[in-house]
Amino acid sequence: MPPRFGPPIGPPAPYPKLYRRAEGRILAGTAAGIAEHLQIPVIFVRVTFAALLVPAGLGAILYAVFWAILDVDPADRARGKGSRNLGQLFAFMGGAVVLAVVLAIVGVSGPYLLFWFLGVVGVGGVVIWRRADDGLRERWAAITPRNPWLAMMLARDRTATTVRLVGGGLLVLVGLIGFLAATGELSAIRDGLLFGAALLVGVGVVGAPWLAKIVTDLGNERRERIRSQERAEIAAIVHDQVLHTLALIQRSSDDPREVARLARGQERELRNWLYKPTASPTERIAAALEAAAAEVEDTYAVAVDAVVVGDCDVDERLLPLVLAAREALVNAGKHAKVPTVSLYAEVEPEQVSVFVRDRGAGFDLDTVDGDRHGVRGSILGRMKRHGGKAEIRSSPGDGTEVRLTMQRGAVS
Amino acid sequence: MTEQTEPVPARPRVFLVDDHGMFRAGVRAELGPTVDVVGEAGTVAEAVAAIALHVPDVVLLDVHMPDGGGRAVLEAVRQTHPQVRFLALSVSDAAEDVIGLIRAGARGYVTKTISATELADAVRRVADGDAVFSPRLAGFVLDAFAQRDNTPVRDPELDLLTNREREVLRLLARGYAYKEIASELFISVKTVETHVSSVLRKLQMSNRYELSRWAVDRRLV
Repeated sequence: MPPRFGPPIGPPAPYPKLYRRAEGRILAGTAAGIAEHLQIPVIFVRVTFAALLVPAGLGAILYAVFWAILDVDPADRARGKGSRNLGQLFAFMGGAVVLAVVLAIVGVSGPYLLFWFLGVVGVGGVVIWRRADDGLRERWAAITPRNPWLAMMLARDRTATTVRLVGGGLLVLVGLIGFLAATGELSAIRDGLLFGAALLVGVGVVGAPWLAKIVTDLGNERRERIRSQERAEIAAIVHDQVLHTLALIQRSSDDPREVARLARGQERELRNWLYKPTASPTERIAAALEAAAAEVEDTYAVAVDAVVVGDCDVDERLLPLVLAAREALVNAGKHAKVPTVSLYAEVEPEQVSVFVRDRGAGFDLDTVDGDRHGVRGSILGRMKRHGGKAEIRSSPGDGTEVRLTMQRGAVS
Repeated sequence: MTEQTEPVPARPRVFLVDDHGMFRAGVRAELGPTVDVVGEAGTVAEAVAAIALHVPDVVLLDVHMPDGGGRAVLEAVRQTHPQVRFLALSVSDAAEDVIGLIRAGARGYVTKTISATELADAVRRVADGDAVFSPRLAGFVLDAFAQRDNTPVRDPELDLLTNREREVLRLLARGYAYKEIASELFISVKTVETHVSSVLRKLQMSNRYELSRWAVDRRLV
């Protein structure tokens, strides 16, 4: 965010866009949306639509066109109110009855009829072309740039698509035929229409296998693309890490410790990549302890068997625990002179315990020099300062175990 | 789970199932001095046939193999030879693999990085009818049986761990050997083994959601 001087200036008020409203709707929310846009009571809009029914049902056409063109308010949809309900169905049935009655009374003739049929054609076309959201249409266009309708048929929810295609197509067809009939052109082009229909059927019969092939090819191609993306990702891992590590192992083949260290590190990387959901070591305690174990493995060429039960966020109480555990691991890696160290941590509702254990050289705690900062300062002192407990059990030749406990804060 | 108490020969007869020949050779060399390796197989079909032929005490079973993996071998053999015991051995220590194999009937699970002496110990223990838990498996079990407020407990006998079992598992997860656990808790090694076996039974029989979830993830119910 850029620095601000003076009184804050908000972003310019967005130009209010016309939406259909899901809230307070009777039919499709068109009237409610228009009313809100014009900032007038919705009843005026509804009365206007109703009044416009009188000139040959013009109101219904207008309503349908608005409905087809306008989107549901995204805010409403976000609140989960965009879906249809039974009340709407009854409203539609009522509306249809009213429309039929009005049309029966006023009659439809002449140029109005043309409007009707053109309106029907338009609504049909829009129904086919508008499917819920623009994102979907762009996806179709991206799948097959040259025939988006083909992609449309392949899209996920086929039932809805079919209903829309058939319904929209019927509307267009009815509207066109009606328009032609009203203008008196129908008889003139009937032969042409028949010819056209026959041609369409013929082309359909010839082209069906080809179309089917395209559809399968398209599916295959998509699967293949996903597969090759996965392969590329695996290849990147193998190339960047595994091959690199193998090369390093060959170069240091005379140093078994180094070879073990490299192999161990690579194994850890692969394991993490294959099995574990990644969590940030700065946030979660399991990830933090495992990161500490990994660091010690890499630095001191020992294997740390880390087992963590449960998990929680790292807060200012638990951070010292992680650091003390890391120090205990470092001590084990440096002084124990054994190939493996065990780390066990358990997150319980009230406390977190960490145990670091090795079966190595061990030492006599009383004889540790005062300048050995690691044990006294970084483990015992640190845990004490932050209200935790630390206990070290060790004897020469019998290994060492460091036990750390920290109470958890009030929040879990 | 039926406890077999028939006498077991001093040197357990072991069969190796793993699709990596190099790994089989390595295990054979490592275990050679302490057990009798009676045979080995690299595929599921071979393994099922050869195990039926040799009837070994313990089968060392790789989890990940073509044609259904260790699980397929386990199921085929258990129908005809329930006395054969399985110790799963794998590079993967993902929870769903571990729990899945145990619930299918394996009596233990160790990772392939285990040392030769520890592996020999584990084989002997499984041959004796006891269970073998790696530290990580112990951690998984603690995790799966953790007390959660919303967990329904249908059968307390199977769905809950006793405090003692919990303590034993914690020490296992901390890297303690059975002997060390025994002296830490002032109980006998035999008692430790009993506790671990009883945890294994719960792990196999319990219907806790956490267990079936791991199994379902790999379609292993």
